[in-house]
Amino acid sequence: MTLRPRARSRGFEALIEWALFICALLSIGTTAGIILVLAIETVAFLREVSIVAFLFGTEWTPLFATPRFGVLPLVAGTTLVSVIAMLVALPMGLLSAIYLSEYAPPRLRRVIKPVLEILAGVPTVVYGYFALLFVTPLLQRFIPGLAGFNALGPGIVMGIMILPLVSSLSEDAMQAVPRGLREGSYALGATRMQTSIRVVVPAAFSGITAACILAASRAIGETMIVAIAAGQQPRLTWNPLVPIETMTAYIVQVSLGDTPQGTIEYRTIFAVGMLLFLGTFLLNLASAWLRERFREEYG
Amino acid sequence: MPARYGAVMRNFLAMSAVLALSVVALGCGGGARDEAGTATLITIDGSSTVFPIAEAMAEEFGKANPDVRTPTVGISGTGGGFQKFCRSEADISNASRPIRPAEIDACRTAGVDYIELPIAYDGIAIVVNPANTWARAITVAELRTLWAPEAQGKVTRWNQVRTSWPNRDIRLFGAGVDSGTYDYFTEAIVGKEGASRGDFTSSEDDNVIVQGVASDELALGFLPLAYVEQNRSRLTIVPVDDGKAERGAGPITPSAETVRDGTYQPLSRPLFIYVARKAADRPDVQQFVQMFFDRPELVREVGYIELTPQIYDLARTHFADRKVGTAFGEGGSQVGVTLEELLARER
Amino acid sequence: MRLFVDRAFQVVALAVLCLALMALGALILDVWQDGARRLTWDFLSGFPSRRPENAGIWHALSGSIFVILVTAALAVPVGVAAAIYLEEYGTRSLMAKLIEINIANLAAVPSIIYGLLGLGLFVRGLAMGRSVLAGASTLALLVLPVIILATREALRAVPPSIREASYALGATKWQTVWHQVIPVALPGILTGTILALSRAIGETAPLITIGALTFVAFAPDSIWSPFTVLPIQIFNWVSRPQPAFRANAAAAILVLLALLLTMNAAAIWLRDRYQKKLT
Repeated sequence: MTLRPRARSRGFEALIEWALFICALLSIGTTAGIILVLAIETVAFLREVSIVAFLFGTEWTPLFATPRFGVLPLVAGTTLVSVIAMLVALPMGLLSAIYLSEYAPPRLRRVIKPVLEILAGVPTVVYGYFALLFVTPLLQRFIPGLAGFNALGPGIVMGIMILPLVSSLSEDAMQAVPRGLREGSYALGATRMQTSIRVVVPAAFSGITAACILAASRAIGETMIVAIAAGQQPRLTWNPLVPIETMTAYIVQVSLGDTPQGTIEYRTIFAVGMLLFLGTFLLNLASAWLRERFREEYG
Repeated sequence: MPARYGAVMRNFLAMSAVLALSVVALGCGGGARDEAGTATLITIDGSSTVFPIAEAMAEEFGKANPDVRTPTVGISGTGGGFQKFCRSEADISNASRPIRPAEIDACRTAGVDYIELPIAYDGIAIVVNPANTWARAITVAELRTLWAPEAQGKVTRWNQVRTSWPNRDIRLFGAGVDSGTYDYFTEAIVGKEGASRGDFTSSEDDNVIVQGVASDELALGFLPLAYVEQNRSRLTIVPVDDGKAERGAGPITPSAETVRDGTYQPLSRPLFIYVARKAADRPDVQQFVQMFFDRPELVREVGYIELTPQIYDLARTHFADRKVGTAFGEGGSQVGVTLEELLARER
Repeated sequence: MRLFVDRAFQVVALAVLCLALMALGALILDVWQDGARRLTWDFLSGFPSRRPENAGIWHALSGSIFVILVTAALAVPVGVAAAIYLEEYGTRSLMAKLIEINIANLAAVPSIIYGLLGLGLFVRGLAMGRSVLAGASTLALLVLPVIILATREALRAVPPSIREASYALGATKWQTVWHQVIPVALPGILTGTILALSRAIGETAPLITIGALTFVAFAPDSIWSPFTVLPIQIFNWVSRPQPAFRANAAAAILVLLALLLTMNAAAIWLRDRYQKKLT
């Protein structure tokens, strides 16, 4: 079916196509913009601070009279909160996914799934409120030494927030596993639990892993929950009961003050931002690659 | 079938037209305009200490002038406020310490002249959690041990400050480095502005410090008096003993009286606003600044200490004469500026 | 025995699921308890005050709505155009593949990174200052990948027969797209757009980074005006330790959640209504 557009409108068509192409290029422009903005300031930052001191130093006091630029305390804070969040979200999310995928009757699934999505749609500032004013006081009743700002409360709340991500993506992965595998297992006399755990989950493994990696990336990049409830004290510790500071909370802290262009303080937020971007970018890449591989297996 | 799509299309176009029109209408609208026809807005930024006063003044100003936009007040910290001020990004800078030499230079280079006006008096209180039963008083020397740069990583338990105190963690909260409160506290306690340990929860927002201390049994922090007054039930004030009997013997509790009569030292200080010379020519700015002198009861309401009528008169004169420059030649935090001292300087 | 374990597992899995849902219930209940009594007309139409009982949220509510409208005006045309290109014009080129991967990545970048981009590019680079335009531009970049993805889904759902019939009648590509494909895909596009914007209305971090947090006691009146939004006002009030401000924060949260609920309900209603018409 060939078409010969009227000569008059050929130029018009080409123009339209170009206009649409420019709009599509804007997305590349955004990525380029992010990398450029982060890189320019990070390079300027690294001219004053050695990269070794930045990546491996253990004291982060960039704003004080004797500045130290070791980013490890911030990385430790981020990691601590994210690990707590994953410890909450992974088992709960996986179990929820197994239930929804293997056990739940279709009507129940249709009701529960959107409700679970609501958890993912609540604005993070609301979760921050919840962590600071409900969860932490509640935990303080059981853990006497718990500080008002700590890693445990926000970590748990963050886990609840990313739970739908783990649950929904894992469930999709499990649903993609062919029925034949399950039926074979049932035919051999396995219970639903044995089938789920020994057959479906291993088959969906790469899809589930992709889901977990994506959830971890979300946890690392999360800002408001930790900015409100985790504290503003950078320290290198694995103790979840004391105030800490995450990379994202540091950026917020400095942004709340004044950040004149060209100062070392201004540059620190971009250096930390660059680290954050690279970390989440690598995790997202890994997750996408795993999902692609999973799709090939069961596509 | 095409007719149905046509209806969808028409609806969509109609909605977008309404959307676009409303955005354009809103976007091209101007703010309140004065007689000259330019939109007026007073921008204020700086100290979190001075913020409650500025907020109260701005709110009352907004109520008295409903067709003018209420002034915006930021809390970038005294240092941050001066940076914005010297870049002409703020009309008024809130400051809990006098302007520093570096800031004086920056303003001079940028051609920004400022009128320095004292507006209130403040005490910095040392606070602990109400469940803290042992810290009944503290000396300046002990505070220095706790907050000096050498204490970083080393002084981490209560009994390292005073041996009779329990052997438990101490969790510190204090103003951030952009904060005039931080500058003044380090000058007064450690002896050098900006010198302190770095391992504490530091924030330009004093509310964070209140929350931190109020929710942690082992916490200690320093705060402007107004924030303590607003949170009486959540915090316990620790009286400070400066070891100088001539200015009141023993530990002194900060209050309006002890700050005013000069016995609560060294943690008492004047608060300022710096008004840009150019902004001072605007009638709305003039009206706003007058409020700081005419309505000292707002200062009292938020928890600070009003200045004496003589100082307010002097400040009024300074403003009317558009007297630029600072009365604190050395610049930066000045320890021990009592009300009498302030009066003398301003003359 | 095995059956017992199986049963127990089922119960445990269901219990865990219920625990997650209960957490959501606890959150809503807690916010409701703290804030419901503050939901008065004065609160909705008032301005902030140092006295919590006098404080209102009109500045933040109008700020949120205005910023979202400007964001939509910026992001929707560009996003839909980009998606049309990727779906209708350039599906095979390497460039298009690269753009595709790029968009998928951008959708997963933390929102605070967009804030840094906005700070460097819009506030400082293009000297927009801390204005509604800077905030809306930043949010526009944030939602652009989501709008593109949603639009592509909607375009993909259009049956190829419609396109083929249009070509058979002699229409050009653009005529086909504009007159045939878009009207059919429109409900899906609108749904996706509304959902993307509802995500943007709850965003706090990027707007804090570009400097939107100040005492702003007026509704923004132009795109160059300083502004604040509901999430930032909530953040501000949460930081204040007095319990009365906590009630205000909870009430503002309820307003924000109501706004989100409205937008999501509108999106779902749209989708359901036009889905029935097309099938």
